[in-house]
Amino acid sequence: MSLASDSIALLGKELHTEFCSRELLTTTIVFILVVIVLFSFTFDPTSTESHRFGPGLLWLAFLFAASLMLQPCFLREQTNDTLSALRLAVRDPFAIFLAKLSANTLFLLLTELLLLPIFAVLYDIPVLRVFPSLLLVFFLGSLGVSIVGTALSAISAHARMRELLLPLLMLPVLTPVLIASTEATAALLDPHPSLRWDWLGFLAVFDAVFLTTLWLFGEYLLEE
Amino acid sequence: MSSSPVFSAGVRFQNVEKRYGSVRALRRLSLEIKPRETVILAGRNGSGKTTLLRVAAGLVRPTAGSVSVFSDRPDPELACPTLGFVAHQTMVYDELTAEENLTLFARLLGISRQDERVRALLEEVGLGERRASLVRTFSRGMRQRLSIARNLLVQPSLFLLDEPGTGLDPQGASWLEGTLRQLSAAGCTILMSLHGRSELISLATRAVRLEAGALVADSQGGGTIASVLSFADA
Amino acid sequence: MKRIVFAGLVVFLLLAAAGYAAFYVAPTERTMGLIQRIFYLHAPSGMTALVAFFLCFLGNLGYVFSRKDRWDWLGVSAAEVGLAFCTVVLVTGPIWAHPVWGIWWAWDPRLTLTAVLWLLYVSYLLLRTLVEEPQRRALVSAVFGIFAFIDVPLVYMSIRWWRTQHPQPVVFGGQSSGLDPKMRMVMFLFWGALLALMALLIWVRYRLEALRADVDALRREVESP
Repeated sequence: MSLASDSIALLGKELHTEFCSRELLTTTIVFILVVIVLFSFTFDPTSTESHRFGPGLLWLAFLFAASLMLQPCFLREQTNDTLSALRLAVRDPFAIFLAKLSANTLFLLLTELLLLPIFAVLYDIPVLRVFPSLLLVFFLGSLGVSIVGTALSAISAHARMRELLLPLLMLPVLTPVLIASTEATAALLDPHPSLRWDWLGFLAVFDAVFLTTLWLFGEYLLEE
Repeated sequence: MSSSPVFSAGVRFQNVEKRYGSVRALRRLSLEIKPRETVILAGRNGSGKTTLLRVAAGLVRPTAGSVSVFSDRPDPELACPTLGFVAHQTMVYDELTAEENLTLFARLLGISRQDERVRALLEEVGLGERRASLVRTFSRGMRQRLSIARNLLVQPSLFLLDEPGTGLDPQGASWLEGTLRQLSAAGCTILMSLHGRSELISLATRAVRLEAGALVADSQGGGTIASVLSFADA
Repeated sequence: MKRIVFAGLVVFLLLAAAGYAAFYVAPTERTMGLIQRIFYLHAPSGMTALVAFFLCFLGNLGYVFSRKDRWDWLGVSAAEVGLAFCTVVLVTGPIWAHPVWGIWWAWDPRLTLTAVLWLLYVSYLLLRTLVEEPQRRALVSAVFGIFAFIDVPLVYMSIRWWRTQHPQPVVFGGQSSGLDPKMRMVMFLFWGALLALMALLIWVRYRLEALRADVDALRREVESP
């Protein structure tokens, strides 16, 4: 009925669907793992080099994975035209976006946290001592990726070559998230870790700006 | 049915135009469906029936013109007309069970005591035994029943159906006829597109025919329902 | 048609005047010599691209709220012209950098921003080719265009901060840091000429879209009266 209750009801459905099949999660996790391992062949993984390149490659891997993971987001609503059913049942169409982007943020965060220990071991980078702060960075970054990615997946669902289109649309727009998240992560994984509130603040602003933009213009993406 | 509609709804199309690129799906179409009517929408494939129904449902935005759904109550602010919509596609989730599907929509529609209502509804439409089965395992007829059940969670005051008989076996078709008859008796306005002969024609109080996106015949303006529909088979 | 020819002539004269100023009026830069004069094309092109993208943004907003096709025509025309000016920046950059600093590219903030801008609007145009139905194409590309333009200040800020924290050798000189007043005047003159060129190109491209729409309408009339 209200935006909050509708979003929660739909979020429940998104989570239920994914946790029953776990298709998206498993495929995404394996993909990021492949990227992380492959990246190790592209530079000399000594401690200094790993500290220098590690955060960047981690976030690049997350971005690529997200652009694949977000493909089915609106595509699966086309199968039986369930999107129309949702549009008719929900008072504010933003609830549909809110539910999906919340679910996507959660999925992204889960994959990131599951991969963090593997990354730490492979590249010999200590993560445990800064874990709470790292969680905050991951959350704000993933939220930004989800907001933009969910919105753009509503566009790519109706286009040709959608598998290539979604990354193409998403990645340039997410440049600020890549920069901010990498910097904040690098600062935390440094031998002398520090929490970069300026970058975190920037991420929060990015998230707020795009959430508002999606709130204002999202319903037009669902129009026929 | 458990609760009868408080009021009935009508829908008014004024010079509605819908373009998809160079294709004009609807051309300057003006039509008023009055509350409590049961209208058959006839026409060949591609005549614009589906587009018209989707425009009425608010799913498709017209390129020009306006469409409005109105109630027959003097003060429409008191309640919002509830819409039912049945289309070619089932509009239910394959990966959920029948019960889960209806519970989701019941929650979105703000129905209290959802579990009871859902269970009762599934019994009514004859899916009580299969309520915990994934919709993926359902036959076309069963999916259609579930799809219609979704629309009966809240009694619709306007029910839009796009060739609802497709895929239903004779038993299902007569169940649908009975359901629509009950709804109509309770005051629901029905706008239904049909292709070819069907038992559902007997429900009609009026028939209109579309051709290439334009209204070409209306039984209201003279002529019988049968005469309007007889061209549709051609 | 006559108006376009006349406008074209005016723009040509402006560009000629600007070109003359760039070569003969502006003083020669102390260290870089002749090649520095490409700055008069490089910097204003970047600023013109931004103006064009802003016009695209206006077109996007206009279409979303009015659904009149002419806003969509403005959007695509401005995006294409903006992209062209972006390309000029990205091409003149290396042409300038290589003889002077021995490198083809430097990831300085403005150039990096231009590269990202280029990617954003190439994506915008590619999106348009991949959505078939015209009304949906106009609507979704308008919303994407809005997202893209709102992103621009965020991209700029993030790149600036990042570069201040990981400074690169300063290439291309600071924009107005110690710019000789005569140089500044020539730069603004060139910018004015480029803005006129931009307006002309957008206008011509817009007309092309309008003509296409007319042809489509006529075809519809003929096929199904």
